[in-house]
Amino acid sequence: MKLKYILPILFLALLSTACSSDDNDNNTPPVINEVEGLTKIQDIVNNNHTIELYSKSGHFYTGYNNISLRIKDNTTDTFFEDVTISWMPVMQMPTMQHACPYSAITKAPGRDTVYQGNIIYQMTNTDGSGWSLTLNYTIDGTDYNVTDTITVLQYENQNVTSFMGTDNTRYVLALIEPQDPKIAINNMKVGLYKMENMMSFPVVEDYTITLDPRMPGMGNHSSPNNTDLTYRSADGTYQGNLSLTMTGYWVLNLKLLDTADTVLKGETVTEDNPQSSLYLELEF
Amino acid sequence: MKQANKNLCLFHKSLKIIPMKKYMIFGLGFLFSALTYAQELEATVEKDTTQLDEVILIGQRKLSNYRQEKTLSSIDEYLEKSNKVTMIKRGNYAWEPSLNNMDSQRLVVTIDGMQIFGACTDKMDPITSYVDVSNLEQVSIDSGQEGTENGHCVGGGINLQMPQSKFNGSGLKSSVDLGYETNGNYKIAGLELEYVGNKFYVNADGIFRKSDNYDAGGNKEVLYSQFQKYNVSLQGGYKLAENHVLDANVIYDKATDVGYPALPMDVSLAEALITSLTHTYKNDSTTIKSWESKLYYNTITHIMDDSKRPDVPIRMDMPGWSDTYGFYTKATLKENKHNILLNLNGFYNRSLAEMTMYPNDPNQPAMFMYTWPDIRTLYTGIYAKDAFALSQDKTVSASARVGYHQNTVAEEVGLESLQIFYPDMDDSKSRFLMSLSADYKVKKDSYDATFGLGYGERAPSVSEGYGFFLFNSFDNFDYIGNPNLNNEKALEANLAANYYANQFKIGFETSYFYLTDYIIGEVDPSLSAMTIGANGVKVYQALSHASIFDFYVNATYDISDAFSLNTTLGYNYGKGSNNENLPFIKPFSYLAEINYTRNFFNAALQLDGNGNQTNYSSYYGENETAAFAILNLNLGNVFYVKSNKMVLKYGVENILDTNYSTYSDWNNIPRQGRNFYINASFVVN
Repeated sequence: MKLKYILPILFLALLSTACSSDDNDNNTPPVINEVEGLTKIQDIVNNNHTIELYSKSGHFYTGYNNISLRIKDNTTDTFFEDVTISWMPVMQMPTMQHACPYSAITKAPGRDTVYQGNIIYQMTNTDGSGWSLTLNYTIDGTDYNVTDTITVLQYENQNVTSFMGTDNTRYVLALIEPQDPKIAINNMKVGLYKMENMMSFPVVEDYTITLDPRMPGMGNHSSPNNTDLTYRSADGTYQGNLSLTMTGYWVLNLKLLDTADTVLKGETVTEDNPQSSLYLELEF
Repeated sequence: MKQANKNLCLFHKSLKIIPMKKYMIFGLGFLFSALTYAQELEATVEKDTTQLDEVILIGQRKLSNYRQEKTLSSIDEYLEKSNKVTMIKRGNYAWEPSLNNMDSQRLVVTIDGMQIFGACTDKMDPITSYVDVSNLEQVSIDSGQEGTENGHCVGGGINLQMPQSKFNGSGLKSSVDLGYETNGNYKIAGLELEYVGNKFYVNADGIFRKSDNYDAGGNKEVLYSQFQKYNVSLQGGYKLAENHVLDANVIYDKATDVGYPALPMDVSLAEALITSLTHTYKNDSTTIKSWESKLYYNTITHIMDDSKRPDVPIRMDMPGWSDTYGFYTKATLKENKHNILLNLNGFYNRSLAEMTMYPNDPNQPAMFMYTWPDIRTLYTGIYAKDAFALSQDKTVSASARVGYHQNTVAEEVGLESLQIFYPDMDDSKSRFLMSLSADYKVKKDSYDATFGLGYGERAPSVSEGYGFFLFNSFDNFDYIGNPNLNNEKALEANLAANYYANQFKIGFETSYFYLTDYIIGEVDPSLSAMTIGANGVKVYQALSHASIFDFYVNATYDISDAFSLNTTLGYNYGKGSNNENLPFIKPFSYLAEINYTRNFFNAALQLDGNGNQTNYSSYYGENETAAFAILNLNLGNVFYVKSNKMVLKYGVENILDTNYSTYSDWNNIPRQGRNFYINASFVVN
């Protein structure tokens, strides 16, 4: 696991060394690219500032989105290093509007100008429309805000699901990890949120999510040594072991149990019931 | 991202090779010091080389001379003629040899002392399928611990020997072989060219075989039983000095379009390149009679294919690769009454196989896994044998082999996939292997007898240790390897005796094996099958012990100079500590022959049969195979025209067109029905 983090840093270090030696010839100071490896999703602009939104793919998709952003001063073309930011994604429906689960925004580790957070879009319109994003931020004691429409594309697999539990509560469950699944025992991480009202989706704590991964293309083949997902207070997610015996299309059959082990959603997979009504999908 | 992962893996691989290299260098160092030592020895008398035209089979258990053989039969057919060898058939090609009721993973099968490992996870390419009769001079079959000269085994050793070098100045010789068999429209053509000088020789040969589907008894066509292959080889030698010879040998074997009627898949390519360089020192007047050192390399590519099957649950590709680098250096010494054989050898093998399945739903991505996750095997060991003549007619001999065996999983992805089953598993495992045997021989005019004892160990095979969802169509289970298996061990006793009286001879041979940590797959009900339609998953485990026993009695009677009678009866038994019968144990078998032999003509009528397989192993997925008996008629002529020779072999196999299968036919596929054959060989001097 550690290597996964060390290697990119090592590569970055090597790359930047290489860059600086090139740059020595034309006498310009080395520019460290703070958004290396990220692709811009879009700019949101108001009179004073441009807010640049980034992700790995360069798009918003339904499900878990890890988003990086930075704020540029339109007059000086420089990026601010000390801002407080919050956001509010909202989807406009014909008769009402609602938000979705999202995290707070914090400074990206090791970066000066880049901030990051995540948003879990539980749905979208087929053409990607419907969502807008409002950013509220404070620079040097002055509050600003900006709102713009954004495009949220439907992800090819079900990586998020919104459902009604037997306790008559609406939940949102999203796959966070593995982002790069392997033929191995993967660490699986999901976020579980409760729809308190249209605008508030707090993290649900201390429930249990059972896991049964299956390959429908292989006669519903399963794998050994999976574990149930349990709550980790450190980052407010549920984690467990997910064994994937081969690449391909997997259905992760789940059951949601509350603190009293009452099943709120999902069924056990059997010969007659090949799939739980609560599931996520994964492809690699 | 996947690409990046792959690069990382490659990086890992190169790191892991380093410690192995150290051992290889150590071994090679030995080899070269051996070579230089051999060079310093004095040279006086040249050992005479004999010229052998036909492939002959010998064995520790001598093969019956009464079997009439086709000159162009495959290695498989030759091996099947031996008492203790049975061929497990998955089709009409690439049969798997089994000796003392034990198959490949319990045997050491080598080509001229060279280790070579099949690249198929489903044993569709036993290494005997990568050579042809034209490449070989003889096959030596050694039962149990007598077969450990080239490696560790519990069941025995089979060594396919290539021709010896010769410098008798016989000049140019060529021969043409043609064969045809009616059943399956089987065509064979072979060509051999040889030049033998006084200082060097060169021999080139090629053989081509092609068969359509064969018919079982009653004209029932067995679908997917076709095959096609060719084999070319080039061998040459140069006499460096009076006692020193350098030989080089290259064999290229390629089979395409091979059907496996007993399996759900066929083979579109089975390709082998087998190369070696050998230095030989021979001297009759020194203590060291011979010193032979060989460096070798072989590579195998095996591609399974289901594109010709109209109806499969899922389409898949299953390629496999196996590369082996190795050496041996062996010496024979004779001092007073001692006959000593020493053999130091080592090899490094890489076995990799993968599977890609294409879902019926085209929107789903292909499914991929490593079935043999790039397993590297390193072995170095030493063998010593001493035969001590107690008197003119009594010999006692003892042999020992010790070795270091190491497996490493080089593919990071493969290691992680196995860690799904064995989370604490390491990427490498080392073993120390030992083998001991001793025997006592008496040879008198009217009788001879041999009594032997042995103890041996073997490491689990790549599939047994590291296989990942290997489907076995015999018991319909997926198999998972077990990297934590102990060495399988065997205690063995064998006894053989012959009694001769005038025209009558009777003899028997028997062996008993007591195996501990006997490796076999056991069902793990908690695991879910990968293969669509499989019954479940078996994991390789060890039975605390198992027993295997075989007994053969043979009698011959020479009625006159020309006529003789020969009969053999066989009984085999195998049971595990779980009180279940072991699979692939031969039922009661018999053979009776009447032979007529003249100088230029011979004929034999043969009755071959098995009793009912009553002790079949339902627990390990076997069903009962019915008794059968078949009749064969074999005829042969030899013609000479000046110095040229023509050998003609012809006959009818399964005269009565019986529809039958034997216990060793995978999924009970029926064997060939009536077959007329003719083989002709022309030798032009």
